[in-house]
Amino acid sequence: MTTAALSSAPLSKAALFEAQAVKTSARRNRLLSLPALIIIGIFGVLPLVIICVYSFLVAAPYGGVQWQFSTDAYLNFLFQRDIFDDTLQFTPDFLIIYLRSFLFAVVTTIICLLLGFPTAYFMATRPPAQRNWWVLLITIPFWSNLLVRTLAIMFIIRDEGLINNALLALGVIDRPITMLYTNFAIQLGLLYAFLPFMVLPLYSSLEKLDFRLVEAAYDLYATRRQVLWRVIIPLSKPGIIAGCLLVFIPALGAYVTPLILGGGVHLMIGDLIAQQFGSGRNWPLGCAQALILMAAVLVALYFYVRNTSGKVQHG
Amino acid sequence: MPEQPGKNAIEVRGVRKVFGTGENQVAALDTVSVSIRENEFFTLLGPSGCGKTTLLRLIAGFDFPTAGEILLHGQDIAPLPPYKRPVNTVFQSYALFPHMTVAQNIGFGLEMLGKPKAEIEARVAQMLKLVKMEALKARRTSQISGGQQQRVALARALAPQPKVLLLDEPLSALDYKLRKEMQIELKRLQNETGITFIFVTHDQEEALTMSDRIAVMSAGKILQVGTPRDIYDRPAERFVADFIGETNFLPGTVVSKQGGVATVKFASSATISAGYPEGFNPTGEVTLVVRPEHADLVPDPTKGTITGTLSNIVYFGTDTHFHVKLDGDGENFIVRHQNSRSSAVTYETGAKVGIQFEEDAARVLKD
Repeated sequence: MTTAALSSAPLSKAALFEAQAVKTSARRNRLLSLPALIIIGIFGVLPLVIICVYSFLVAAPYGGVQWQFSTDAYLNFLFQRDIFDDTLQFTPDFLIIYLRSFLFAVVTTIICLLLGFPTAYFMATRPPAQRNWWVLLITIPFWSNLLVRTLAIMFIIRDEGLINNALLALGVIDRPITMLYTNFAIQLGLLYAFLPFMVLPLYSSLEKLDFRLVEAAYDLYATRRQVLWRVIIPLSKPGIIAGCLLVFIPALGAYVTPLILGGGVHLMIGDLIAQQFGSGRNWPLGCAQALILMAAVLVALYFYVRNTSGKVQHG
Repeated sequence: MPEQPGKNAIEVRGVRKVFGTGENQVAALDTVSVSIRENEFFTLLGPSGCGKTTLLRLIAGFDFPTAGEILLHGQDIAPLPPYKRPVNTVFQSYALFPHMTVAQNIGFGLEMLGKPKAEIEARVAQMLKLVKMEALKARRTSQISGGQQQRVALARALAPQPKVLLLDEPLSALDYKLRKEMQIELKRLQNETGITFIFVTHDQEEALTMSDRIAVMSAGKILQVGTPRDIYDRPAERFVADFIGETNFLPGTVVSKQGGVATVKFASSATISAGYPEGFNPTGEVTLVVRPEHADLVPDPTKGTITGTLSNIVYFGTDTHFHVKLDGDGENFIVRHQNSRSSAVTYETGAKVGIQFEEDAARVLKD
């Protein structure tokens, strides 16, 4: 810019070359993003379009779809058609599963935040050489498959499991406490599965926190509680937001955990949708349910981000 | 203003601070005692690692002493957490809260003290005026310059009207000109607020120009406490003399003593009378300290107390330094001349010269 201002009349060769170089490098950068864009297009956008189209079709008797336009899938989400007089009756079954899934996801997010924050704070306040070891420990669960880990939980909490056997042996209880295939089991499984996704972004935020600011707040008469609420939490807000999103969204769509620990009795959205493509043989309904979930998440996200980001992240 | 002029704001009594355990133990402060008077501009001066910041952090409450006590107006504050001490700090890094505006930063301390909103607003406005930052009160701290951040940090620490203000090398991040300005500004603020300032620096010039009294520290100990003039003109130890300003060291032998003044003989058998620190009994071989501006050059070597060869002349604008290689031991001796329009004599390197001393120029060091 300054070159152009200094010698504006005869645009120097150097400036021309520079402009050319900027243009080529911009083009090259765009080219570099192409593979990622192709992958997102083929495996992200295209399936979404298919889901969208399928949700407006009619279910074929043995799975698949018939190419015939219909909004039945969306109607079936809230209503059931009476077989005899063809009237629509309000059936909240799906809605209840959705609300319960939201509740599970919200509780999971809140508890993960409450457990994850002190953990991340502890990690971030260790000597730098120790911190990587703590991060490693947090990521150890990722080394084995979620399915295997969920089955392990099953063995721990079932009636003849570790906990019940231990309590029985100690004489604390005289008959096993039923934990498996309850809401408790699902909640426990979700917490276990998603806690690292909360801890890691919180840690990366807290690790960057300038602890001299904490000292400054103490110096200015802030008590421990005030330091936490007025300095540490506001400054780690990016990590809190990221952690909550990384826990809430996958928890909402969790499939394996509720399937195994809920025993197919306590359904969550993920299982419900999967059912439509399996035993339900109603692909359009499954597609509609998936899209409704996505829309709900987007709306929730919009309000969440609007409420949390505005206040803090200006500077 | 003070009812009892000699009253102590801070009294540090036999404070030790040890970091680490076992073999890695390091004594950052080795049994330090010092009294800081009310309304005083007191400076802790020393090289990095001398323990001056540790002492400041102990007074602020960020660290706790291993032994000893710290009194604030006669009350032991050593066990109190920082938020219970009426002491505020200006940090070297300023440590301004990035998620708050300038005004919110300044009001933070008062808010934490639970002051009413109206009082906070009035006090913040007053502080903004004091540091001349009214125009920028709604800015984020990331949107103002280093010098402005410095002012905000000062205002923030002064707003709760602490009994003592601690300043941890607050000017070290500023460029030379801004630093000079802020030195004067700090002095003005201290006069206007009447608050005791404890200032930590490694810059001897800063210490000399700003302080009422200076404590020179080295290796966890306070070597000397005194007014800038005391410290400069009458350094007690070699380290103090060497650390503050330029200094010439001369070996000599004590011949006689009388009333705090010793007569010291040089190798050239010329003698000079030199004062020595109280409670010190110089005998035999001693080292004398002479400031470059307390000595004078004479063209005729026979008229000098000691003699030498002019090895180098360095022009500094306001003054000129003459480096003299002394006869006998060949030590370097520096004489500083203030430059004037009519410098009577011009010297050339290689010339034989004599050095005369002003009265009281030489001091015997205890080392």
